[in-house]
Amino acid sequence: MFRWVNRLLVRAYVDTQMNAPLSPRGRGAGERGRLTLRRPIPLSLTLPHRGGGNTRLLQAALVSALAFASAHADSPQLAKLGRPATPAEVKAWDIDVRPDFTGLPPGAGTVARGQEVWESRCENCHGAFGESNEVFTPIVGGTTAEDVKTGHVASLRSDTVPQRTTLMKVSELSVLWDYINRAMPWNQPKSLTTDDVYAVVAYILNMGGVVPSDYVLSDKNMQATQNRLPNRNGKTREHGLWEQGAKPDVQGSSCMTNCAPKVTVTSHLPDYARNAHGDIALQNRTLGGVRGAETLEPAPQTFVALAARNRGAAAATGGASDPMKMAQAHACLACHGIGNKIVGPALLDVHKKYAAQRPTDAIRLLTVRIKSGGSGAWGSTAMPPQDHVPDAEIRAIAEWIAAGKFQ
Amino acid sequence: MTFPPQRPGRLQKAPEFFLTRDAMTLSRDDRRSFLRKAFLAAGGAAGALALLKGAFAADVGEGDPAILNLPAHTKGLGQPVAARPYGLPSKHEENLQRRESPGLTRVGAASVSFAPLQGFFGIITPSGLHFERHHQGWWDIDPAQHRFMINGLVKQAKVYTMDDLMRMPSISRMHFIECGANTGMEWGNVAVPTVQYTHGMLSCCEFTGVPLKWLLDDCGADFKKGKFVLAEGADGSSMTRTINMANVLDDVMVAYGMNGEMLRPENGYPLRLVVPGVQGVSWVKYLRRIEVGDQPYATKDETIHYVDLMPDGQHRQYTSIQEVKSVITSPSGGQVLIDKGYFNVTGIAWSGRGKIRKVDVSVDGGKNWRTARLETPVLDKCLTRFNIDWTWDGGDAILMSRATDSTGHVQPSITELRKVRGTKSIYHNNSIQSWLVSANGEVSNVQVG
Repeated sequence: MFRWVNRLLVRAYVDTQMNAPLSPRGRGAGERGRLTLRRPIPLSLTLPHRGGGNTRLLQAALVSALAFASAHADSPQLAKLGRPATPAEVKAWDIDVRPDFTGLPPGAGTVARGQEVWESRCENCHGAFGESNEVFTPIVGGTTAEDVKTGHVASLRSDTVPQRTTLMKVSELSVLWDYINRAMPWNQPKSLTTDDVYAVVAYILNMGGVVPSDYVLSDKNMQATQNRLPNRNGKTREHGLWEQGAKPDVQGSSCMTNCAPKVTVTSHLPDYARNAHGDIALQNRTLGGVRGAETLEPAPQTFVALAARNRGAAAATGGASDPMKMAQAHACLACHGIGNKIVGPALLDVHKKYAAQRPTDAIRLLTVRIKSGGSGAWGSTAMPPQDHVPDAEIRAIAEWIAAGKFQ
Repeated sequence: MTFPPQRPGRLQKAPEFFLTRDAMTLSRDDRRSFLRKAFLAAGGAAGALALLKGAFAADVGEGDPAILNLPAHTKGLGQPVAARPYGLPSKHEENLQRRESPGLTRVGAASVSFAPLQGFFGIITPSGLHFERHHQGWWDIDPAQHRFMINGLVKQAKVYTMDDLMRMPSISRMHFIECGANTGMEWGNVAVPTVQYTHGMLSCCEFTGVPLKWLLDDCGADFKKGKFVLAEGADGSSMTRTINMANVLDDVMVAYGMNGEMLRPENGYPLRLVVPGVQGVSWVKYLRRIEVGDQPYATKDETIHYVDLMPDGQHRQYTSIQEVKSVITSPSGGQVLIDKGYFNVTGIAWSGRGKIRKVDVSVDGGKNWRTARLETPVLDKCLTRFNIDWTWDGGDAILMSRATDSTGHVQPSITELRKVRGTKSIYHNNSIQSWLVSANGEVSNVQVG
């Protein structure tokens, strides 16, 4: 009996939790977000029929099960988990400042103090004038006195400024205060005093020509200062990417046949950028219908069926799985002794040279070396490229050399 | 197809971030090795012919040595159990790794690493290959010290430990996460070579946690006035983003699980927000606080970054929804077809507005389209895998995919997108991706008009 009631209770609980879709589709707007039960709890129907026995216990169980179910119809009963946050805890973490300056602590800072803080805490990354593009995108630049009047940064409509600065984009003053306070300096966030945050914001605005050099920024004049931000009117929420169910602004075509009379390639990667992302061959799996292109080499002029090359070459080496046999079959050992220099360096010496690297790096580098050849690392005698050797075998030989276990 | 004078893509910064010094030296030595190779090739024409012959099954002679000569693993004793207590991929799979795009950012702690979509199967991203985006570095936080607070327009501000959250009833959901800037380098022109760099700020996992709605109910949130929540991280930047309450009521989760284990540190261990359909920056990692409010918060990533510049000079603010999008992951840019003949063209489609209804694929640059097969499951705000047959005849081809979602929204071409949004938006490029298959077998990233 106990076990049976318990099972029902568990079942009812599971029903409320597991079968309640978080977001059932096609609900009315009034029900939006309600976690509704897909099935009613069958307790009231099944218990009297199958119960019998101890009626009082059964009733108690029924009452508690129904109470349980109703309390869980919306969200699970979680009240016993978690605890109230203390005022001090909320104060310690609730540091956000909203556009209406809710959350802004009282304080003040001068442009002059801001410059001091800037030079000691900010300049290294952001440059003496907030213009640096070395570590982060520039903060200052691209705004005019006219922008301060209109609240629209004119250079955003043209190509005159190559990179958008913070002052060109920022539309709410609150965020400059909030973000410097919560996240700056980058390697020591939350280490500035409240007054110094005001001071740094004042200095940035001064560098951007928004406030004069004798300005004192404080909680009292944040709104007045907001009204001078160059791009304060530069934002719009009129688009379909925010509210759920909003209409998309760009709809594609569903055309299936004869959709484009002429297809023109309008943009492609230039040849000189072929290797800008390294050797793509080493960024692809070496199985299946495709391989990565060998982008450290010029593009091949004609098609060579790699499938044929790999199969043919595997047969040529007798399909040896032993790297030593591969090294013999591909005549590596004609120029490289295991422990002695012949034309090229001893494989043991090659191993030692790469031993300081992470194994993955060593293998990758050796793979490139074997495949592409080269000269200079061991003297002027060039090693010819060995790209007729199948990738898998180059890889095996590279691993063999990196491991250094030649016996 | 015509190939008029083309506008080449923007050259990315030097590969110093990516290549070792030796590898760069090698690439400079290319010219010499190329000449040497040309010489070898000229002398070896007859050999090459013999090699090609080897491709035919009839030429294997007695048989394939891989079958006839039993390998060591068939004739020896293998490794014991738990030799690697936390399993690793095969050493032969090392090529597929998260990678940075050289020159894209200047410091690694405020950067992105891209997921190798070119090698993925199905829809689930392996946890170790989930893309990364950090604004102020990542941490491996002690979960026993992590706290989660809810305050603002609530009857009772509360604090939860990880014990509290993990004792609650949980839900598990599969969703994609895509950075708002995914494909952002391609607004003006082609800029990067492979699908890893064009679309790799995208992942899809099963997340486990607690619906935020349950927790807000627990605190007695004022859903009438509270139309927004602020989510805040515990990392140095204490990342903040505003989430619409409508999303919270719909499907937002406070998640600790990812693909059956705890979140990885790079993805917010021990707690992150999951905001299905919405760009990744809103999925605040190391989540420490939710504040219920009656106004949006205009945070740094809603005011200075993650704002979309339109041709009229206005920035769209609070752009959040990741619209219908798809991409062919193989064959894709930077790959080489190993032979002529049959190929399974495969890719992924997704929409922040619902399910994927249909994916069409073109192999002729968008002149004609065929409808691809969708693999199950097809889930809400989740990646959907598609496949379609194709035979490569050795000629030029341009492969494209175009998704339609359950709201009827059709993925636009880059031309259609630019007509409305210009080329400086950076964010939310959901245009159709084109891959040119050249006669030499190489696939490259192109845009068509």
